[in-house]
Amino acid sequence: MTDFVVQDRALAKAKERAKALSAFRLGDLVFKNITLSAAVTVLVILGGVILSLIRGSIPAFHAMGFEFLTSQSWNPVTDKFGALPAIYGTVVTSLLAIVVAVPLGLGVAVFLTELCPMWARRPIGIAIELLAGIPSIIYGIWGLFIFAPFLQEYVQPAIIEFFAPIPFLSSVFAGPAYGIGTFTAGIILAIMILPFITSISRDVFSTVPPVLKEAAYGIGCTTWEVVRKVVIPYTRVGVVGGVMLGLGRALGETMAVTFIIGNAHKISGSLLAPGTTISATIANEFTEAVGDIYTSSLIALGLLLFLITFVVLAFARLMLMRLDQKGGKP
Amino acid sequence: MSEFSMSLYNARRRKNLFAKAACVAATGIGLAFLALILGVLLWKGLSGLNLAVFTEMTPPPGAKGGLLNAIMGSVIMTVLGVIVGTPLGLMAGTYMAEYGRYTKLTLVVRFINDILLSAPSIVIGLFVYEVLVSTVGHFSAWAGAVSLAVLVVPVVVRTTEDMLLLVPGGLREAAVALGMPRSLIIRKISYRAAKAGLITGVLLAVARVSGETAPLLFTALNNQFWSTNLNAPMSSLPAVIFQFALSPYKDWQQLAWTGALIITVTVLMLSIIARVLSAPRAQK
Repeated sequence: MTDFVVQDRALAKAKERAKALSAFRLGDLVFKNITLSAAVTVLVILGGVILSLIRGSIPAFHAMGFEFLTSQSWNPVTDKFGALPAIYGTVVTSLLAIVVAVPLGLGVAVFLTELCPMWARRPIGIAIELLAGIPSIIYGIWGLFIFAPFLQEYVQPAIIEFFAPIPFLSSVFAGPAYGIGTFTAGIILAIMILPFITSISRDVFSTVPPVLKEAAYGIGCTTWEVVRKVVIPYTRVGVVGGVMLGLGRALGETMAVTFIIGNAHKISGSLLAPGTTISATIANEFTEAVGDIYTSSLIALGLLLFLITFVVLAFARLMLMRLDQKGGKP
Repeated sequence: MSEFSMSLYNARRRKNLFAKAACVAATGIGLAFLALILGVLLWKGLSGLNLAVFTEMTPPPGAKGGLLNAIMGSVIMTVLGVIVGTPLGLMAGTYMAEYGRYTKLTLVVRFINDILLSAPSIVIGLFVYEVLVSTVGHFSAWAGAVSLAVLVVPVVVRTTEDMLLLVPGGLREAAVALGMPRSLIIRKISYRAAKAGLITGVLLAVARVSGETAPLLFTALNNQFWSTNLNAPMSSLPAVIFQFALSPYKDWQQLAWTGALIITVTVLMLSIIARVLSAPRAQK
């Protein structure tokens, strides 16, 4: 009699356990598939971005064809649009930003990893990274009201005067000093991407095995020689990745540039003259665009921008991934 | 020491000194720009900061007013964007760190996510315009919130994955040995161990989107009046700053500076809190 009760109980327990297990299994399956579909959604978002931009830009390419990429005219009245000035402005401002930001960023990274006293490293590092936290529009308003007038008053006249006697450079730095323009936009972009270049360079600098540096110091190298001959060659791939990442940021930066580029749809030989970029054109004109071709042209500009930044950023990531693999090996 | 090697020595020393000085100068320039930007913001913004800024609506040109509707719009859209974007990013990051750590899919998603992380926000705005505005026919706060959500996702995915990868495998193994199912381990062990890091990710995402302007310009547009209707255009602080700063009116420009100060202080506070929270875990 008691045997039956015990058996019954055991049976009930086993059933309960089986139930709990199957509930677990079901919960597991559901949870796994939820997370899996979330991961796939990230890919879907990217696909959606590309597809919707392509769809939106079809009318523009249909109307203008290949000329859209090579034409310099931007005329809403005749519905003739060319992307060349915007592409030119985007590339020039970004390159200018890179030229200024790379030496600065590497300098800060070297300072933070080699020269700075330990106690000050974290606060200074955070302060530089705060530059990345300041919203783009703040750089814009600051650049327009404070920085551009300052450049116009004190810096640009000196630059114009300095380069005036030099044949080719005199036209690159030709006046008048507007304050706003391609040059100013490039400088502001440089400040904005400085923290990205700095923090990545600093991270990759710290992957250099101490023994390599110690060996170099041991044979009497100066700090500069250690950085130049040991640290930078060892981390070259990572630094290039960081620079490309900064370039990607600079290419797509919108609000700051919109404030200070001057929004002139023409290619000007002088860096000091107003110009435009892809992102600034879209930000300025999209809500005012009337007509399918106009809107579509702006979306086509967006597609171009996305493709350019995609290539640059993909390249940056590949470089950084290569460094990761190298770092993973003993 | 011969004269030749002495001069070489001196040249090397000079070069070293020069390079060091250049590095210090570079750091000085970076810090100077930070100080200049924050200083100007405080100086220009504080003078216009008063109670009216937080209690009155954006004024027509030439009149006094505040930024209440813009602040509320920003808060509403940021909160909505974070509510929509965070779960998605959290789940995707969970898959990458827990279920599919070594799968091809994870590699691809990580790569794509890193690109989305730095993708131009204005392009995201265009995307949402195409999907949610041009199909519906009018601008709406929903579209603004969705575009912010798209920006939230990559930030959260990235930090979630990083933080879950930092959870020691031993913790998970101990739980497995007790017979816990995978989903329970993730929720009860991994999430708890990585809690501070996960919160950091959300804070960083909030900091990132609350200053975003470009994607809102043609999704939520702007609205001069008080509106909580999510199907109508809604004002936002960055959009108002953009409009007011470029206007010729002194009152508007002053409000733009004050708004800029409010945004910057909020964003920097968020990113500092996030940093403090994650400091003991991820020493960078």
